[in-house]
Amino acid sequence: METNMSYQEKRAIVSILSSLLIFGCYSFYVFQINQEESLSRINEPGFWGSFILILIPVSIVAKIIIYILFLIINKIATNESAPSFEDERDKLIELKATRNSHYVFAIGFLLAMVTQVIDMPLYSMFIILISSGLVTEIIDEISKFYLYRRGF
Amino acid sequence: MGKSLVTNNIRKLRFHHDEMTQQQLADKVGVTRQTIVAIEKEKYSPSLELAFRIAFVFSTSLQEVFSYDAGEDPILKSKK
Repeated sequence: METNMSYQEKRAIVSILSSLLIFGCYSFYVFQINQEESLSRINEPGFWGSFILILIPVSIVAKIIIYILFLIINKIATNESAPSFEDERDKLIELKATRNSHYVFAIGFLLAMVTQVIDMPLYSMFIILISSGLVTEIIDEISKFYLYRRGF
Repeated sequence: MGKSLVTNNIRKLRFHHDEMTQQQLADKVGVTRQTIVAIEKEKYSPSLELAFRIAFVFSTSLQEVFSYDAGEDPILKSKK
């Protein structure tokens, strides 16, 4: 097993951890700190709509900050700079990772629809949709990590 | 991942070209150093275009850089 990781492998790990951290903190804020309000509105589509619409910009800004911190720490620790361009291998890996993550999201979307067919509460559909969004992101990064590590 | 059927002599060729570094080769053929590392370790089979570019940098033929073991190819074996 190789021990030294390439820049792309490290970036994939940072991305997985940051996705989990951002989603965890945001969910904790919504469902624990604002517990009373959230639980009273849990079956309102508007609540879930705003949950997703706020999560997206929060996630983008937090990821940019985490990525900049990663670049600085990685540069100090290893003196390695981020590649300035994507070559054919990077593009192929990106395509394969996107394909895998789309499969996962499609399954999540179908499961979310099933919850409504079998008369489960509305919130179950949104929970599955949002969770599959998170799992999709993680599968995308795991696929990249695997393909950079093992080759193809 | 199964063993690659395409092997290469890039490391040896770099050595015989004034100990060219992976980064120097990467810069000459327009890819990242990581891609050269992956090709040398046979973790990635480059596109035909990149393979020709690598051969051009070493002023040699494609066959001198890359070799292909047809006898071990499961697709060819299954078609026999």
